[in-house]
Amino acid sequence: MKLKQLEGLLGGLQQFPQPKEELEQYPTGPHIASRMLFTAENSFEDVSNKVVADFGCGCGTLGVAAALLGAEHVLSIDIDPESLEIASVNAEELELDIDFIRSNVLELGWRGPIVDTVIMNPPFGTRKKGADMDFLSVALKVASQAVYSLHKTSTRDHVKRTALRSFNASSAEVICELRFDVPKMYKFHKKKEVDIAVDLWRFVPASHQRST
Amino acid sequence: MRLLTHNMLSSNIKGVVNGFPLRIEVEKVVEKTVEMNGEFLKKMFEKVDWKALIDASRAMGYTELPEEADSSMLDSDEFLNRFHHALLEIHLEEGALVCPETGRRFPVNKGIPNMLLHEDEV
Repeated sequence: MKLKQLEGLLGGLQQFPQPKEELEQYPTGPHIASRMLFTAENSFEDVSNKVVADFGCGCGTLGVAAALLGAEHVLSIDIDPESLEIASVNAEELELDIDFIRSNVLELGWRGPIVDTVIMNPPFGTRKKGADMDFLSVALKVASQAVYSLHKTSTRDHVKRTALRSFNASSAEVICELRFDVPKMYKFHKKKEVDIAVDLWRFVPASHQRST
Repeated sequence: MRLLTHNMLSSNIKGVVNGFPLRIEVEKVVEKTVEMNGEFLKKMFEKVDWKALIDASRAMGYTELPEEADSSMLDSDEFLNRFHHALLEIHLEEGALVCPETGRRFPVNKGIPNMLLHEDEV
């Protein structure tokens, strides 16, 4: 599938009608989501024929993108039932078979190294400090092959240091810098549209054979 | 929820030592056909817990998986078809996953298990 085609399909997905501020529900736009998964597949072969988990899936965009690019099994997790409802409708409309779980990503119990790749657009931690790094810590335990994640560019040094030193990642590389358009959705947003710089990261977990 | 997902979930309630495998309570099962991918199945065979998969598939009403399996069986198309069906095509649509140690039920509605823990379970 071509990048443009993927972006087009993701652009048709339903998004949060009433975003929840405390969960930092910002939609992952089709531009960013398509580039994340397209790179994961075409530069690193981390998607097709793999088991892929989407942490904090929201309306399901990243998991849908993974399924469109040929992931064999996609498992999308979110704490919010309304998001999961929309995400499952999004999957159904594209005739994709995606498994959903309602859970706090940080509290789910896992057996064995079955998940190959974790993809996520974590809460950036503006409302709950360190939330994105908590997600990353779990992702690096669950994935056996790679983790793709978005973090604010302003935290780049911190993300790299923490991933390598505290979470034992064997590598942590910024693939590209993107602009994240966050339309004015919440009361605390002063400007009409907030444009933040985010990094698309690829992390490789410590061991490919580890069980959790 | 596919049985592949069941095979990688465990109960994470505070104090539980072995939360795997979750017992399955079935109210409704649905089947969805997907294309078979032999290479994927061979890779998964090394990773799944076979006993948990057999018990789960039986709970779902599918009894065609052999009690014991070893990697030589992966050469048989018949075996691959059964493994494929059990792992990826049978879905728990309504029912529950039950913690093997505490008996706590995690309900499954519209195919989505609710694994949220209560405050005192974290």
